[in-house]
Amino acid sequence: MTQLRVPAALVALAGLGLLFFLLPLAGLIVRAPWNQAAASIGSAETVTALELSFFCSVTATAIALVLGIPLALVLSRTSGTLRSVLRALTTLPMVLPPVVGGVALLLAFGRTGLVGSFLYQGFGIQIPFTTAAAVMAETFVAMPFLVIAVEGGMRSLDPRYEEAARALGARGWMVFARVTLPLLRPAIFSGAVLCWARALGEFGATITFAGNFPGRTQTVPIAVYIALETHPDSAILLSLVLLAVSVAILVAMRDRWLGAP
Amino acid sequence: MTKRVVVVLVTGLLAACGSSSASGLSTPQTDVTVFAAASLQPAFDKIGARLLTTKRFKTTFSYAGTQTLTSQLTQGAQADVFASADKEHMNTLLDAGLVAAPLAVFATNKLEIAVARGNPKGIHTLTDLARPGLVVVLADPSVPAGKYAQQALRNARVTVKPASLELQVTGVLSKVALGEADAGIVYVSDIVTSGKVDGVSIPDDENVTAVYPIAPLKSATNPAGAKAFIDLVLSTDGQAILKAAGFQGV
Repeated sequence: MTQLRVPAALVALAGLGLLFFLLPLAGLIVRAPWNQAAASIGSAETVTALELSFFCSVTATAIALVLGIPLALVLSRTSGTLRSVLRALTTLPMVLPPVVGGVALLLAFGRTGLVGSFLYQGFGIQIPFTTAAAVMAETFVAMPFLVIAVEGGMRSLDPRYEEAARALGARGWMVFARVTLPLLRPAIFSGAVLCWARALGEFGATITFAGNFPGRTQTVPIAVYIALETHPDSAILLSLVLLAVSVAILVAMRDRWLGAP
Repeated sequence: MTKRVVVVLVTGLLAACGSSSASGLSTPQTDVTVFAAASLQPAFDKIGARLLTTKRFKTTFSYAGTQTLTSQLTQGAQADVFASADKEHMNTLLDAGLVAAPLAVFATNKLEIAVARGNPKGIHTLTDLARPGLVVVLADPSVPAGKYAQQALRNARVTVKPASLELQVTGVLSKVALGEADAGIVYVSDIVTSGKVDGVSIPDDENVTAVYPIAPLKSATNPAGAKAFIDLVLSTDGQAILKAAGFQGV
């Protein structure tokens, strides 16, 4: 028991920090109109928003897995300037304000955008204002969380397993599928959960790129924003649903984040 | 040493709390905070500039959907003046006891259909908005502009399937200006000041008149500045600026 004593001043600051996190959550719980909870959560608009949010965030995570794991693999196997550039590009959406991300998506995939204009003129496809746009906005913002987690996992992988597999005659794809992927399972899991949570909470890029329409692009965070101005009670309850989901994620990930053995 | 750091941090935090409402640390007496409907921005920016040169009051604006501003004010946001895009939201504040003096209606606005430059889709009436394949964007019904648009469509007996319900009228305008939407219903003033879209007028028997009330607030830290701003808005000068921005005076 040779624990270092933490200076009292730091403990005070830590307490202040903790309070700053906890008070807003307490506010949600205290002010929640619990007696109307069932009616409000069960209302058609809320259920629609919840279903849409679930669909969009899960789809975004699936796309992130398919594209993000290979991206992480490439990132972990490059070095030097190329790696720095690739890494900066991948993490950009993490630091970019989501609304800016939404504008960028519009300019790329909108009807008059770089790629979108070909889609529109060639095939009559318009991406903005569709559920696909909401999924794309969420993927754009959330995928970096998966890439970073998986890349970290790959870097800490012992290369000898893959070398052994190769020495035993396995080809590149087989090594990836039978050795690399299983070893990466914990990193992929935590990356996917983080990615999904970020996708679920997405607001700025979605409202900018996909707009707002119930059942099509109105995800829970947007529904919360609108409800706050029209039905504050249901906004609080919807926020509580998202809070409960976040707590569930923390519980599911406790081994990883809460330092339990 | 550490104690001093803590003290500095805490006092800094408290100071930030205290002054955030007064906005403007150096000259708090001459600052006016105005919460105004998003559609007023082009005109009010000019009126704010005029107030600075004539009365030496610096105006800080918060532009957003009227419904957003109303909920911010009822949640305790501090402002000197509130300018709403409808009477209902002003009445919400009156009922909440947040308005300091009787409101004054300072402008009216009409609706117009915003289309791309040159009107490539040939949109001439509200009925045209129901055409299949047309991407139409409206403001959400919780936004005054969205509520008015619904009324106008009802007057014209048209059912439109909007692609999106934007959270403020400027969102509608920008979607049309960016070419993502073929048409949207906005205020005449939005089209006059945007310069990036064309307007298709809506006949009077279908159109809706938006009424803009303005009032000083009880939470005002600068009542004199609030009065100066409102006086300027209602003056010949202010009315001329509003008319140039596409509003109709009163």
